[in-house]
Amino acid sequence: MDWQAFWLTIRLAVLVAAVLVFLGLPIAYWTAYSRWRWKFLAEAVVALPIVLPPTVLGFYVLVALGSRSPLGRFWQVLTGHTLAFTFGGLVIGSIIYSLPFAVQPFAASFALVDPRLIAASATLGASKLQTFVRVILPLSLPGLVTGVALSFAHTMGEFGVVLMVGGNIPGVTRTVSIDIYDQVQALNYAAANQTALVLLAISFAVLSLVYGVNRKAWTVGPRK
Amino acid sequence: MIQPRKDSSDLRVPLAADGGLQDVLTVQLHKRFSNAGRDFTLDILFTIIPGITILFGPSGAGKTTLLDCVAGLTPPDSGKIAVSNRVFFDHVRRTNLPVQNRNVGYVFQDLALFPHLTVGENVEYGLAGVDRLKRQKKRDAILESFRIAHLHRRKPREISGGERQRVALARALVTDPCVLLLDEPMAALDAATKSKIIDDLRVWNAAHAIPIVYVTHNREEVFALGDRVLVLENGRIIADGTPHGVMAAPRQESLAQLIGFENIFHAVVAAAHEDRGTMTCRIADSNVELETPLVRAETGSTLLVGIRAGDILLATVQPSGLSARNIIPGRVLSLEQRDVIVAVRVNCGVEMEVQLTLAARDALQLQPDRAVWLIVKTHSCHLMMAT
Repeated sequence: MDWQAFWLTIRLAVLVAAVLVFLGLPIAYWTAYSRWRWKFLAEAVVALPIVLPPTVLGFYVLVALGSRSPLGRFWQVLTGHTLAFTFGGLVIGSIIYSLPFAVQPFAASFALVDPRLIAASATLGASKLQTFVRVILPLSLPGLVTGVALSFAHTMGEFGVVLMVGGNIPGVTRTVSIDIYDQVQALNYAAANQTALVLLAISFAVLSLVYGVNRKAWTVGPRK
Repeated sequence: MIQPRKDSSDLRVPLAADGGLQDVLTVQLHKRFSNAGRDFTLDILFTIIPGITILFGPSGAGKTTLLDCVAGLTPPDSGKIAVSNRVFFDHVRRTNLPVQNRNVGYVFQDLALFPHLTVGENVEYGLAGVDRLKRQKKRDAILESFRIAHLHRRKPREISGGERQRVALARALVTDPCVLLLDEPMAALDAATKSKIIDDLRVWNAAHAIPIVYVTHNREEVFALGDRVLVLENGRIIADGTPHGVMAAPRQESLAQLIGFENIFHAVVAAAHEDRGTMTCRIADSNVELETPLVRAETGSTLLVGIRAGDILLATVQPSGLSARNIIPGRVLSLEQRDVIVAVRVNCGVEMEVQLTLAARDALQLQPDRAVWLIVKTHSCHLMMAT
């Protein structure tokens, strides 16, 4: 088993899950409470990675990170290299790819908080941020765990986006699923099976955690 | 001219110490909204002084929306809401103070206690900006006033309904609000628990003297609590006064409420007992006299009396030592079983229908021509204007 690829994948998944907590919470808050009439469009954009082929998503991320896009050029001027085919690029691609797996459970659990509790908090002098921290977050804990666990697991097993954005550079962008693919290509089925089993076990453990915390079915997919 | 804004806490001096200054809630608002699919207009103008004022009205009269406007949870279309000279909302000046800056105590219908916090943490919630020692002191004092100090480590789901009610009151009052809004807070409590809690609230308010708006659709609560009642119907205040003066006034539109009363009679007002809040009515063309709640009606005038068949008790021996004021002798005319209920028709000068359970019929061995006594509480007699 390729431990280098394994630890790289763990590092990637932890980083992505952590970033998604900070990025996902405000987006989810807005999704749950905004009354903007075009909100559904924004929701659709956030949910897009669920249905988009990873190669399509990966392709656009690659283009956006490349030296021909304004973003890529800006990064190149800033740091001297492009983000494409680097670990950093992989993180960005993975964050976008896993965004709905964090935002949707977050938003669903926010929406379940009794609006009268939020009103009570306001009448007791709490600002919106205080209400969020002291009432909404604690009461949404199962949704938070779900979102973090799902985005972790989803990043652990991603393939298409990684291949498009990161390529297959050992120690930099070669993740476990790419490693499995390589083993199979080399007809090394025993090694592939070993790695695949580890991924399977991790996925099972994560989903057990999710179901255990929620104690009721959580289906991955668009809300409602 | 724009007047300088002053914090009302400067003005909130206990009445006894000062003799005149008090918080007064003035509400003048207009709001159109859609309620359960139909357009609804709230058109309100009132002033509330310190003490408990009852806001009475049927479900869907706009009571909760009105409270939400005062608390700032929903904006009126126009008007002005202020406590003394502290303006919460002013359409003309485009003032709309955010909820968290209004310092309004609001006890919601379902109480809205934070389920993840203990009783103590719930009560402390509104004291976030206060330093720790002072916060604990205030918390302990209010827990003591509402007799829930021993519960402060429990979660809301681990205490009784009456205790939860006390926690909700303590949580709302610990911040020294300038007005307290209670939205049918005690609908689920029995009368004894309710009156103890209200007593503690009155004691608290004797020292603080803030206006308290108590919303209810329960007539008994109106008589038990209110010094003053505002009657809200279809988004408008239709009456304002003392419980007896307001609630008793028979109103034309109440006729609709007669639907569902099995016993409806014309009755003549024989005597009014204003000191007791009751009056004596004689059912037309009979000698049957009923003691009924007092309404605003001339002696000798004719009213409609409605009594639900399920509100009448039936006895086979003459009862004594009862609190009910109306004990009417009669004879059973017929028994008719309707599903699991027995409708008994009794001739007692007029014909009345009484509804019993099957078990009660069997236990009493009721049969036609049996002598019986009907027992009717004063407040089971509903009076309406005869048309």
